[in-house]
Amino acid sequence: MVETSYYLVLAAIIFTVGATGVLLRRNALIIFMCIEMMLNSVNLTLIALARQWGNLEGQIFVFMIMAVAAAEVAVGLAILIANVRHRQSINIDEINLLKW
Amino acid sequence: MDTALLFDNAVVLLPELVLAVGVMVLMMVDIGRRGQNGSQLLAGLSVAILLLGIGASVMIWGRAPVEYLDGAISDGFALSVRLVILIAGVLGVLLSRNWFPAIERQGGAFYSLHLLAVIGMMLMGTATNLIVLFIALEIFSLALYILSGFYRENARSIEAAMKYFLLGAFASTFFVYGCALLYGAGGSSKFTQIHETLATGGGNPSLVLPGIALLLVGFGFKVSLVPFHMWTPDVYQGAPTPVTAFMSVGTKAAAFAGFFRLMMTALPSFHDQWAMPLAILAVLTMTVGNLTALRQSSVKRMLAYSGIAHAGNILIALVAGTAAASSAAAFYLFAYAFMNIGAFTVTIALERQYGNENDVEQSRLAGAAERFPVLAAAMAIFMLSLSGIPPLAGFFGKFLVFKAAVEAGWAWLVVIGVLNSAVSAYYYLRIVVAMYFQQPEQAGDEKEQPFVPASRSSVFVVVVSVLAVVVIGLQPGLWADLLRGLGQ
Repeated sequence: MVETSYYLVLAAIIFTVGATGVLLRRNALIIFMCIEMMLNSVNLTLIALARQWGNLEGQIFVFMIMAVAAAEVAVGLAILIANVRHRQSINIDEINLLKW
Repeated sequence: MDTALLFDNAVVLLPELVLAVGVMVLMMVDIGRRGQNGSQLLAGLSVAILLLGIGASVMIWGRAPVEYLDGAISDGFALSVRLVILIAGVLGVLLSRNWFPAIERQGGAFYSLHLLAVIGMMLMGTATNLIVLFIALEIFSLALYILSGFYRENARSIEAAMKYFLLGAFASTFFVYGCALLYGAGGSSKFTQIHETLATGGGNPSLVLPGIALLLVGFGFKVSLVPFHMWTPDVYQGAPTPVTAFMSVGTKAAAFAGFFRLMMTALPSFHDQWAMPLAILAVLTMTVGNLTALRQSSVKRMLAYSGIAHAGNILIALVAGTAAASSAAAFYLFAYAFMNIGAFTVTIALERQYGNENDVEQSRLAGAAERFPVLAAAMAIFMLSLSGIPPLAGFFGKFLVFKAAVEAGWAWLVVIGVLNSAVSAYYYLRIVVAMYFQQPEQAGDEKEQPFVPASRSSVFVVVVSVLAVVVIGLQPGLWADLLRGLGQ
């Protein structure tokens, strides 16, 4: 059996890659995808820990995260479309009306 | 599982259930209405549903705390936070009525989302389980992303929604990663179970600190702690002002309630490790919030930075980490609900006067007291209360929080808090001075504009808020007894 810590380290790496993507990429759609990747790395963490503890709560949590991720995409894409109608672009560098 | 278990103690969630049924009724009524009519009816219905929710909370007020299915609890703290959120919800609906054109077309969607946000926020205060906590956080966050972009004709509103969504979803992933690690540390998603496992030397204690750090990022974003606050002024300024008013109070109350319960029931044995980082965040949040508020020209942005500073004050209560501190935080949030929503309501009324779309510049407030004596007087009361001048509500909120912190041995933190209050008085009083003692620059054309009467519901909100701020200030003991802390 593969040790739990391997899964945790892999998940941490995927999470970091996703977070780096969110910070560095400028295309809003790619940023969405990076956020999805981060959520999936959390799912991997939960599954690995659920196996280690031998209970189902972690697995149930994963289903909840999947449902939330789906809802988040629906809301996010709607907001993105509304934004594109105003400025014909999904580059987040051009979202700059509000500033201090 | 026995199905009878589903109904045992379900009364814990009575207010949430009332609102959930109400949301469905609201959507049905919306389907039934014809064309442009009936958005007033929807507003009335939403207020009625929220009042029923308040009634349901009052009904279960005195009972001994019981837990529902290992996921939610109805102790005094949960009920106090619920009350704050429901009041913010009622006032928010009243303000939204008539405010923007989109509401005439899509009132059903707007009010349903408003109520869903209230449900999520209330659940946050009752959650005793990581899964429930996460779901509650997402329910209200998703609703608020949409609400802040509801003024679709306005590019700033859409932009605010976009920023709020991208950063909010990003912060949520940190939050849920923290939850996953805590689950790994304690082997359960139940707060009390996590505490038991870790306190008896079991579990994986090495996962606790990374878990807390990640949770802190998620919570810090929701309550806008420095350095996770960059979204706050943009979203507060861009979102429709009634939504900003509701959101500024609701998210703070909900996220603080959830954070309090998590830290104090799941991780009290790690208080030594998490108190100091939180204290540093509190100092940063108060200082940066107040200093940046000093140089804002927009009233809404100034209020956003003032909200950040207030989040720092409430965080002091969490650093203290006692039951008395949690009831002080509940009192603070209760007082903050009225004074902050009141300030935003006056801002809405002034927006109408100056014909400005969704914001007021502070420079335009010069001489406002002459033109709108009542509005100016109300604004002055809210500003004095926000800056914490006795005997108004805001003073006693700060007083109770600082007192609890001193008793828990955090005197140095309180000193910094008091110094920050002194700084904050400068920008709150600047508005009062501008309204009462300055003359408008182009007096001619300002005076020619006709007076636009404020809508009846916003007049009502201002009156209620002024009364509440004064009454809470004059009778603080009464309310401090009513609003309970954790485990009370």
